[in-house]
Amino acid sequence: MDKYRVCFTGVGGQGTLLATMVLAEASIHAGHHVLASEVHGMAQRGGVVESTVMIGDIKSPIISEGEADVLLGFEPVETYRAMRKCSADSVVISNTVPVMPYSVAIGKGSYPEVDKLFAFIESRVRKLVTLNAQAMAEEAGSVLSANVVMVGALARSGVLPVPREAFEETIRTKTKAAFVEANLRAFDLGFGAL
Amino acid sequence: MHPLLTKEAEKRLLLLGNEAIVRGALEAGLGFATTYPGTPSSEIGDSLFRIAGESDLYFEYSTNEKVALETAAGAAVSGVRSMCSMKHVGLNVAADPLMTLAYVGVRGGMVVVTADDPSMFSSQNEQDNRIYARLSNLPMLEPASAQEAKEMTKAAFDISEALELPVLLRTTTRLSHHRGIVTTGPLEPSATKGAFEKDSRRFVTVPANARLRHKVLLARGEKARDMACQSPFNTVTGAGPWGVATSGMAYNYVADAIKDLGIEDKVRILKLGFTYPFPEKLAVDFIRSVEKILVVEELEPVLEESLKVTAQSNRLITPIAGKGADLFSRLYEYHPGMVREVAARFFGIDYSPPTPIDVKEDPEPVELPMRPPNLCAGCPHRATYYAVNSVLKETRTEAVFPTDIGCYTLGILPPLQTADFLICMGSSVTSAAGISRVTDRKVIAFIGDSTFFHSGITGLVNAVHNKHKFILVILDNGTTAMTGHQPHPGVEITPAGWDKPSVSIEAIVRACGVEQVAVVSPINLAKTKHAVKEALEANKLSVIVAKAPCPLYERRMLHRKPKRAFIVGPECNTDCTECVDTFGCPALYKNPAPDAETTMIIDENLCIGCGVCIQICKKIRPKKA
Repeated sequence: MDKYRVCFTGVGGQGTLLATMVLAEASIHAGHHVLASEVHGMAQRGGVVESTVMIGDIKSPIISEGEADVLLGFEPVETYRAMRKCSADSVVISNTVPVMPYSVAIGKGSYPEVDKLFAFIESRVRKLVTLNAQAMAEEAGSVLSANVVMVGALARSGVLPVPREAFEETIRTKTKAAFVEANLRAFDLGFGAL
Repeated sequence: MHPLLTKEAEKRLLLLGNEAIVRGALEAGLGFATTYPGTPSSEIGDSLFRIAGESDLYFEYSTNEKVALETAAGAAVSGVRSMCSMKHVGLNVAADPLMTLAYVGVRGGMVVVTADDPSMFSSQNEQDNRIYARLSNLPMLEPASAQEAKEMTKAAFDISEALELPVLLRTTTRLSHHRGIVTTGPLEPSATKGAFEKDSRRFVTVPANARLRHKVLLARGEKARDMACQSPFNTVTGAGPWGVATSGMAYNYVADAIKDLGIEDKVRILKLGFTYPFPEKLAVDFIRSVEKILVVEELEPVLEESLKVTAQSNRLITPIAGKGADLFSRLYEYHPGMVREVAARFFGIDYSPPTPIDVKEDPEPVELPMRPPNLCAGCPHRATYYAVNSVLKETRTEAVFPTDIGCYTLGILPPLQTADFLICMGSSVTSAAGISRVTDRKVIAFIGDSTFFHSGITGLVNAVHNKHKFILVILDNGTTAMTGHQPHPGVEITPAGWDKPSVSIEAIVRACGVEQVAVVSPINLAKTKHAVKEALEANKLSVIVAKAPCPLYERRMLHRKPKRAFIVGPECNTDCTECVDTFGCPALYKNPAPDAETTMIIDENLCIGCGVCIQICKKIRPKKA
């Protein structure tokens, strides 16, 4: 396969766009043609944020239903909600820590059991990987770097033709200087999680 | 240094479509730029704002798109290369100057960027602004990639100067907000000073002059049509009996679909980038070269109808299809799978799309909670809405709420539900006048500070003069928050080196002739409620300026840490849910813990310590240090 479509989904404030940028830049670093797409506007207001990275000979920056090679879900319900992007061939990597939608927080609607969500996903896709990115980010020294933990897990999954060094180099040169050390540790923990 | 200012040519940068437009303009020696922010165009202005701080370029956030366009036109008629960017509906606001600027034309190159929003990710409609090219008779370019966005913006300045006409550059959300690799070209220095050479026969559009200028415009249109036929942005590629005509982002879906369907040897693609005036000669040759044509364009059948007209005038009966049942929709953004499917059907190719995972097949079906965007914890708009709602409840008054465009439109959601009518920027003030006049109901209209400057003031003058009776609440959070915290004329918290005076909203309101004016901090609920009560009792036009900075903006600009968080006291152990039923701060919610000691709980990471909730419920108190 010479084309890869990666879908990111999460909640505003989780840093999905930084993760998108890190994968895109790392793929360029590894010598690939890259496209990405982002949704702006609502990102800071607790809504769903979806983005994509395309690696290889692809001109369209968005992913149609059933066409994601990898889904990187930053939140369990959002991973489940984005399943239509996936097919039986997809690899799904998901954070296990819920971000409560406000409707649930005020008792209108309930948050489903995370294990059940994952059980269904696991029964349908090529591979499901789950990790507690928040705990690893705390271990790395910054709760804000859960997004980079997720990127570490993506790098380790081996689905994409982007070597570890390309990610590390991108984190060193393209993320904020004050967070580079924590981000590298977070990447490392995510990489080791699989 | 801003990365878009790199002097290095042939450098490969991963750029947003909007950033690529900025780089193209800089490579063309842009000297003067204006905008009013609006998704999906905002990053153009935001990049230029930062770049102007590091270069000779003049940039301003203007009060609205009409102002922005006319200001940029002033620079362009004085010979300076200028650019004006806005979202699609912004061009409605700027349409008046655009139509007649086309008559008089420009001297320095002028590019007007219009960013359309198919699917309405962040807009009130999905109008197709390609139709503005026809309406104004101005040339239009439509990039399909970040690299093209840069190249076309640069070329647009040359085209503009060759024709002495402003050029429209049309993007869509996907083009503006996708990232692609862009190879830089050499940077041109900004020429920021020009000269206005008087020529009243050309530039003053009294009817006698306008009649002549319309003729000039049409003649230039023919020259532009020749340029479009010769343009490197308009290409025919591939060979085979079938044709696909396309433009903009849709081209990418076409290119991928043809490859995926394995019909590269059967299809010729007419790809238009210089889309108006329609390159007729090129189109005729294309129509003649194929047996049938599928037109792939988002939104309206603009290209399709041009091709059909061209075919008719040339007595060609080649089937040309685009919109229709089993074909493409006039609704919403397209995507690659959709284009692949329609192309397969149209050309009779066997194709089965990939099977998406359907969560409805989950043996234990899950009801997924929705996750709509919400006003942030500590947002002063919530406090204002709460105050208005509680006064109405206490006085048993029902009111209609015309609202406006900004973060505060999220007041539509429960539990606040303070939005009943919204069509465009500024419509709160003016629709309030009409609604209050014919219904005799209490009308409380809401408008943001930036929107008030944009198009609220004329409506307020009208309301004073025509003796309309309603309450206008100006939600003044000191910034244009929704689009990314751009400054506006009333801004008080400013970036370093800012030397522009602040224009007082209160002074404007009083100068409009409003007699009943109150300025309150919505963080003080009692005072805000008092102002609302007084306004209701006054039973005449009144304005409440609810003034408190956007906490996100304040934190970003002043690097201020959140204040001490609040906690829920142990006496919160009843089944009272009033706080979430009426106020709805995302930091305050039902305690999910099974052995919870309190009914509610405050998320200390989300709480910014605004202290509004302690004025609502005595069970909430500051957390002891």
